[in-house]
Amino acid sequence: MAHSYTPGLTVTDSTVIRRRRILPLPGTVLVKVSDRVRSNQPVARAELPGKVYPLNLANQLGVAPDEIKDYLIKKEGDAVQKDEILAENKPLIKWFKTEIRSPVTGKVESVSTVTGQVLLREPPRVLELLGYVDGTVVEIHPQQGVTIECLCSLVQGIFGIGGETYGELVMAVAASDEALTPAHVKPDMKGKIVVGGSFLSAETMAKAKEMGVAGLVVGGMHDKDLRALLGYDLGVAITGTEQVGFTLILTEGFGTIPMAAKTFTLLSAHAGQYASISGATQIRAGVIRPEIIIPQTETQAGTITQPQRSGIRVGDLVRIIRDPLFGKIGEVSALPSDLTKIPTESEVRVLEVRFPDRQVAVIPRTNIEVIEG
Amino acid sequence: MATHEPARTATPLSVIVATDCGSTTTKAILIEKVGDEYRQTYRGEAPTTVEAPFEDVTRGVLNAIAEIEELSGRKILDGDEIITPCRDAKTGVDIYISTSSAGGGLQMMVTGVVQNMTGESAQRAALGAGAIVIDVLASNDGRLPHEKIERIRTMRPDMILMSGGTDGGAVTHVVEMAEYIAAAEPRPRFGATYKLPLIYAGNKDAQPQVKKILGEKSALVVTENIRPVLEKENLAPARHKIHDLFLEHVMQQAPGYRKLIEMAGAPIMPTPAAVGVIMETIAKREHLNLIGVDIGGATTDVFSVFEGVFNRTVSANLGMSYSISNVLAEAGLANIMRWVPFTIDEQTLRNRIKNKMIRPTTIPQTLDELQIEHAISREALRLALIHHKSLATGLKGVQQERTISDVFEQQTSGKTLIDMLKLDLIVGSGGILSHAPRRIQSMVMMVDAYEPVGFTRLSVDSIFMMPHLGVLSTIDEKAATDVFVRDCMVYLGTCVAPIGQGKDGERCADYEIVFPDGKTVTDQLKFGDLRLYPLELGKKATVTMQPAKAVNLGAGVGGTVTREVQGGAVGLILDGRGRPLQLPSDQLTRIEMLTKWFDAVGLYPAA
Repeated sequence: MAHSYTPGLTVTDSTVIRRRRILPLPGTVLVKVSDRVRSNQPVARAELPGKVYPLNLANQLGVAPDEIKDYLIKKEGDAVQKDEILAENKPLIKWFKTEIRSPVTGKVESVSTVTGQVLLREPPRVLELLGYVDGTVVEIHPQQGVTIECLCSLVQGIFGIGGETYGELVMAVAASDEALTPAHVKPDMKGKIVVGGSFLSAETMAKAKEMGVAGLVVGGMHDKDLRALLGYDLGVAITGTEQVGFTLILTEGFGTIPMAAKTFTLLSAHAGQYASISGATQIRAGVIRPEIIIPQTETQAGTITQPQRSGIRVGDLVRIIRDPLFGKIGEVSALPSDLTKIPTESEVRVLEVRFPDRQVAVIPRTNIEVIEG
Repeated sequence: MATHEPARTATPLSVIVATDCGSTTTKAILIEKVGDEYRQTYRGEAPTTVEAPFEDVTRGVLNAIAEIEELSGRKILDGDEIITPCRDAKTGVDIYISTSSAGGGLQMMVTGVVQNMTGESAQRAALGAGAIVIDVLASNDGRLPHEKIERIRTMRPDMILMSGGTDGGAVTHVVEMAEYIAAAEPRPRFGATYKLPLIYAGNKDAQPQVKKILGEKSALVVTENIRPVLEKENLAPARHKIHDLFLEHVMQQAPGYRKLIEMAGAPIMPTPAAVGVIMETIAKREHLNLIGVDIGGATTDVFSVFEGVFNRTVSANLGMSYSISNVLAEAGLANIMRWVPFTIDEQTLRNRIKNKMIRPTTIPQTLDELQIEHAISREALRLALIHHKSLATGLKGVQQERTISDVFEQQTSGKTLIDMLKLDLIVGSGGILSHAPRRIQSMVMMVDAYEPVGFTRLSVDSIFMMPHLGVLSTIDEKAATDVFVRDCMVYLGTCVAPIGQGKDGERCADYEIVFPDGKTVTDQLKFGDLRLYPLELGKKATVTMQPAKAVNLGAGVGGTVTREVQGGAVGLILDGRGRPLQLPSDQLTRIEMLTKWFDAVGLYPAA
C-alpha cells in the first residue's frame, strides 16, 4: 500500500498558505491582485436577498385566486412599507371593507393568480466577507471572492467549534501536560486566544466565557463537557457555526491528553503575536481541520517548509491515534511490509514505533498520524 | 454522457478494471477472464482525492489502479491514461468503469403535496436512484409557508425533485410549492454559477405553470408524474432523470469528475444505485425475498426486495466512523452497552467514540475495542432497518376493498412490506461486516440487529465489491454474475430462530438435524441457548423443529416445520434466545449471558 497513509496535522513554524475567501452568492470584490489585506478587512461584499413573506390574499379577501389582481393596491415590483395597504375590497357598505396590510417593509415580489398568493420580500442585507488572514491577494474570482496568500506559522487542530476569530496569542500554562484551570483565566485575556495544556474543564470554559476570551486552544476535553457546552450530543463532526461565546480548538482529541510538545513549543514561541483562528471542522466530504494561523513578515520567516509526502518513512515522528496508546508520540523504527496479525485477529499492515523511553510498540498503520511540518 | 448512452466496450471483454470512489477511499478491482469464467483477481486501494491539495478524483483512481499494477504485473497506466483496449496479455484493460459516492454522494431535497403520499413516493424515487434525501417538504408537513421558504434557502442540495397531485387533479398546491421554491432561490452545493437541477414529476396539468415559475430560475426538467393515480407509483422515469442530471450537472461540478467521465467506458453510477442493481438482480434470479445492507463510515444503506418490489433507504447519519457518534446519540448509551460483554465507564466510552469520529480511519487494535465497535454496529444496523421498514411500505391513501372476512383483521394501507417470516436471505456489506476478523462475528452482528425469525440464510460481500459489480452488470451481465457468485458473495450459513419467549432453560423446541453424511443430531433447544453446528458451504442439512406450545417457526404456534438448510463459512445457528430478543437488564446477568452466547459460538478468541 505504497499510497496509503494517514496524513497528519500540520504544525510548522514557517509556511505559505492560501485561503480562498468566497461569498455565498455572487457579489462585488473590493480588492485587487497584489493588495496587502488585513484579517479584519472586508475583501468582498454581497447582498443577501431579504426574507420572503407569503400572504394568501385570495383566502384573506374571500375571492377566487384569479380575481386578486382586481383588489391589489400594490403591483408586482412595487415597494411597500410595513402596515401599508396591499389590497382591499370595495364593498357597497364600507363596514364590510377588508384591508390587507403589509406585515413587512420591502417589495412585492410576485402575485400568483393560480394560488392567490402574494410574496413580499424584505430589503437585502449586506454581507461583508473579511480577509481572515493578513496577506497578499494573489487571485480574484470575479463576483465570488479572492485567494489570499499568507506567510505564517500554522498549527492544525483535530477538532474545533465556533467560527473565525482573531486575537493576541497568550500562553496560560507553563507546560504542555498542565491542565487549563479556571485560575489560569484572567481578566486581561479578554479578546485574546488562550493556549492551555492537556485538559479543558467545563468550569474553565465558563470562566473563559465570562472573561470574554476570543479563543481557547488545548490538548483535550471530555465529550460530556462538549455536550454540556453545545446543549446537544454532536453526532457528525461538521462544525464552525456554533455560537458558544468563543472559538475552541482541540489539538489532540477527547480525554486528558498533553498537547504535542512541538505544538506547545511553537505556540509558546509566538506568544504575544496576533493570530487568526477557526474552529470549523468537517471530517467528511472535504476534510477541514481547525487552524491557528500566525502571520509573519518576510524578516521573521525561517526556512519555509511545504510538506510534500509520498508515504511514511523510518524516522518520521508519529502520533498514535487509537487506544490503548492513544496520544503517545514516537518515531517510526521499522516498516514491515507483510501483513501482521493483531490481538483482534485482523491481519493488517503495521509499523513499529519507538518512544522516547526506548520502548517499542507494534501499531496498525492506520492508527498513527504523521506529525507534519 | 447520459445514462442511456451505450457503453464504449471492446467485445468480448476479457480484462476489466473497476473503481468505487468512496468518501474516504477509492477501491479498485481487476476482473479477468480465466478460461470460460470471469474472476476478480487483484484489488488496490488509495485515499480519495476530491479534496485539497489534489482536488481531482482521478488522482485517487490512478493511485488505486497503480496498486493493482504493482500486484498483478499488468501494465494498465500510460502516464495519466488508462490503456484501453488490451494490447497484449500483460498490457491494458478492455474497459474501465466506476461508481462514486465521493463528496458526500448525491444529496437531494424532495417535495410533495401530501407528506405520506406524493411526499413518500418522491422520497422513494430519489432513494432508489441512490440519493441521500436531506429533507421532504409537503403542503401538509406542519411548517408554515415562510418556514418552508427559509428551509429551502438554507439547504444546499445537489438537486430537487418536485412531485404532487395526481394527473388531472387540483394544481393549486403543487404550484404553491413551485412558488416557494422560486422565492427561496435555492443554490446548489457545488458551483456558485450554475443553475440548480430541478425535476418536476407531478400533476401533468401543472406543468405549464411550473415551467413559467421555475423555468428561468433552475435547470428544470419535466418528466412523467410519479403518482399518476393514487393507486399507482411510476418511479422509473424520475429515477432515470435523476441519473442523467447527476452525470450532466452534479458530477461536472465535483473536482476532476469531467476527466473521470472521459476515462470511463460506461456511465458513472452513484454507488448505492449500483449496489441496488446487484441486490435486485440476486433477488430476481433466485426468486428470493431479501434484505441487503451496506454499512459504511458515514451512512447505512438498506435494500429490500419483497415479492419483487425493490426498495432502498439510506440512513444518512448512521455509520461506523464519520457518523459513529450519531449512532450513540440516536441509540443511546444503554442500547450500545447491552451488547458489550464487560463493564466500562461512560466517560471513557464516550471519549473513545468521539475520538473515532474525529479520526475515522483508525481500526480497533485490542479485543475490547473490537467488541465495542461490534456493539455499535448492531445498533446502527438495527436503527437503519427500523428506518427502512417505515419507508418500504405499500402505497398510502389507497382505497381497499374489504370483504366480511376482513372484519377481524383490519389493516390500514401503507403497511410495511418487510415480513421477517418471509425473508429468505440477508446480505451484508461494508467494512465492519466484510472485514470482521471471524465470519461468525458478521453473522451474529446481523442476527442480533435484525432478529431474523424462522429460517433465514445470511451472507456477506467478501471484500466490498458490490458497487463495482453493479455497474459491470449494466454492460456485461455474465461477467458480473460470474464474479458475484465465485468471488463476491460469501454465504455464512442459516439461522433458525423460533418466535416466542420463555424462561431461560425452558423448552423452546425439539429438533433433529440430518447432516449430508447421514449423521443425525436430535436434541432440545432451550430458551437462552445459542448453538452452532458446522455445515460447509455447498452442503445442505434437513432440520425438523418441533416447537413448544406458544412458540412459532412459521407453521403457526406449536406447528412442526421441516426445512432443508444451506451451509456456509459459519454453518447452522440455532437461536433459542427468543423473539423479540430481550437482554437481561441487570448488568452482571447480562454480561454473563453475553459471555455464554459468545463462547458457545466461538465469537471471539479466548481472553
